Amino acid sequence: MFDWLPYNTQVVLVGVTLLGVCSGVIGCFAVLGRRALVGDALSHATLPGVGIAYLLAGGKHFAFMLLGGFVSGLLGIGVLSILKRFTRIREDAAIAIVLSTFYGGGIVIATVIQAQASGGQAGWDTFIFGQSVGMIWDDAQWIMALGLVTLVIVALLFKEFKLVAFDPAFAHVQGWPARAIDFTMMLLLLVAVVTGLPAVGVLLMAAMLIIPASAARLWTYRLSRMLFLAAAIGAGSGIAGALLSSSVALPLGPCIILFAALFFLTSLMFAPERGLLARAFQRRRDRIALLADLRAGKEPI
Amino acid sequence: MSQFAFTELEIQRAVLTIGVAAVCSVSCALLGCFLLLKRMSMLGDAIGHGVLPGIAVAFILTGQLTSLATLLGAMVFGVLTALLAESLASSNVIAEDSSLGVVYTSLFAIGVVLVSALRYVDLDLNCVLMGQLVLVPRNTIDGFAILGVEIPVAFPTMLLTLVLTLAFLTVFWKELKLVAFDPNLAQSMGYSPKLVNYLLIALIAGTTVSAFEAVGLILVLAVLIVPGASAHMLTDRLAPMLIWSAVFAVSASILGYFTATRGRYALDISGMIAVVLGVQFALVVLFAPRHGLIAKWWRNLLLSVRIAEEEILATLFRAEEAGVVVYSLALKDHGLSSWVIGYAHRKLIKRGLLTTNEAELPTLTETGRHTARNLVRSHRLWESYAGAVLDVPADHVHAIAARIEHYIGPELQDELATTLDQPPNDPHGKSIPPK
Repeated sequence: MFDWLPYNTQVVLVGVTLLGVCSGVIGCFAVLGRRALVGDALSHATLPGVGIAYLLAGGKHFAFMLLGGFVSGLLGIGVLSILKRFTRIREDAAIAIVLSTFYGGGIVIATVIQAQASGGQAGWDTFIFGQSVGMIWDDAQWIMALGLVTLVIVALLFKEFKLVAFDPAFAHVQGWPARAIDFTMMLLLLVAVVTGLPAVGVLLMAAMLIIPASAARLWTYRLSRMLFLAAAIGAGSGIAGALLSSSVALPLGPCIILFAALFFLTSLMFAPERGLLARAFQRRRDRIALLADLRAGKEPI
Repeated sequence: MSQFAFTELEIQRAVLTIGVAAVCSVSCALLGCFLLLKRMSMLGDAIGHGVLPGIAVAFILTGQLTSLATLLGAMVFGVLTALLAESLASSNVIAEDSSLGVVYTSLFAIGVVLVSALRYVDLDLNCVLMGQLVLVPRNTIDGFAILGVEIPVAFPTMLLTLVLTLAFLTVFWKELKLVAFDPNLAQSMGYSPKLVNYLLIALIAGTTVSAFEAVGLILVLAVLIVPGASAHMLTDRLAPMLIWSAVFAVSASILGYFTATRGRYALDISGMIAVVLGVQFALVVLFAPRHGLIAKWWRNLLLSVRIAEEEILATLFRAEEAGVVVYSLALKDHGLSSWVIGYAHRKLIKRGLLTTNEAELPTLTETGRHTARNLVRSHRLWESYAGAVLDVPADHVHAIAARIEHYIGPELQDELATTLDQPPNDPHGKSIPPK
């Protein structure tokens, strides 16, 4: 279908499409569960692990770096939940603390990598800013594998996730293992983050989770529709961003996010019922109706 | 030569770098305390990211990275980030955290694209993000020196920021305190929380951008929240919290500088300061005297030992009363670990409240019996009170009393007895023992 594109761009397109679908879907649960910014903390928290894996493997070993990122992301989740459960530090501060200190650690490790300079920083920078040029078929396969696993788990646990995202207390009272389900959602969030890192980069991975889901939220009140919409918006921004990035030589991550932001802005303006235009019209109609009622001498409600 | 020996140049460089880092950290840390208290910690992060397009636009217009235009551009975008996020959240379309996330990541993406598009000119994204503390001593003001030491460009800017911050805190101290702890009261008293918020946000945006070139985004983000959080673990008062946060910020700057520069590799100083801040925070979370994890754990342990002691005594008293023999003090249904129970048992023997009889079974001593009687008295008084005054059905009163009996002191016991007119029996018909 994309035969007219260079092989490399085709690989990137396959990768970012799946990535967009995956982070759109997971992002919905994050946004609904009021933990949109946890994704940001987790993506920054992966950086030290990615760096240490790079040092241990002595170069860019994709799967190993993802594993390293996953492990230090887990540590980030651990710190977040310890701070939230056992200390007086509130969640917003906990997120900021994990984000900044882990990221600082990652940058320190980056300078070690620089200093060793065996083959330069090749492949390392991509994890911070996200770059598609380096994406090879093997990398895309990893993204596909992780993405498919995530989607299958979401499909299987759809009911449980829905319950816990909307009303964890009710889920707990009903006898569901709310904490375990919550942890599974966190893990999937982490997997989505780790999968997206090489393409989108640490700095903008959170946007991949938040923006498509928030845009989708404007169009519907049903979770299933929101998931499909977010997936479509994620995939759409992925494809558009990849095409833009490869044609004007800009980094992939920001390009994808630009398109996602465009989708969001469009939704914010034109979405029925919750969009700004729809609300402005509704207000106007209300005002006219109120005025008519007053003129007719009726008591306003 | 040992690695701990410093040359004069190294000392000079260290003092200048640490000076810039510390001054910048202190102003961020002081302002960050208020973000922390107002539960807007991520706003610092958002402003830090959101100012990037402002810097880029100002750079495109003026061609300079350190100009008044950059400062203005960044401040405008910093305030814009906060405004956009707030209006998006207040229109009830999107939850608060998501609105913030949407706004600052989008602005940051625009900023990165702008900066990347300018690649050929001298604005390095890495520099903006990571800062270049290493270069601080080299970019000096031409022909300006104090005591023969050339002063780095970054220093006066940062000093001015600190002075502004301190002035802001002094002038608006009362308002800031009020708005931080009770915005509704502030509003009703005629102080505008919004105005104070936006002044704070503008100042944070200004500090962020003037700190950018020297210390980078990472350190700004870390130093806005982490020292304040560490300080919050140590104190419950605002002024000491600010002072502690400044202490953490300065000490982290010093420690971070030396750990980064004295090792085998020259590590990133800003990143290292952030890491030191993280380590400080971890230590404080563990060891803080009142709110720390270890102190909390220790208090819980002492409490569970006391409860175990009291449960043992009460169990033996009830057994004596009923004329049954207690063979084991496992106390399974009290949720106490066997280790705690064993320790409590030994402690009771040591204190002379418990002894073993001829059959090698645990029995109360006279003092032990007295303490136990008091406990059971508290328990049954509370049962009566719950039944008579709180209208709790008789089959529910035991569970409540079993929990509260450990916290009823002599005065409360007397008061319960007087209120209930010295009742002889509890709702189960068991007699309430005398004092």
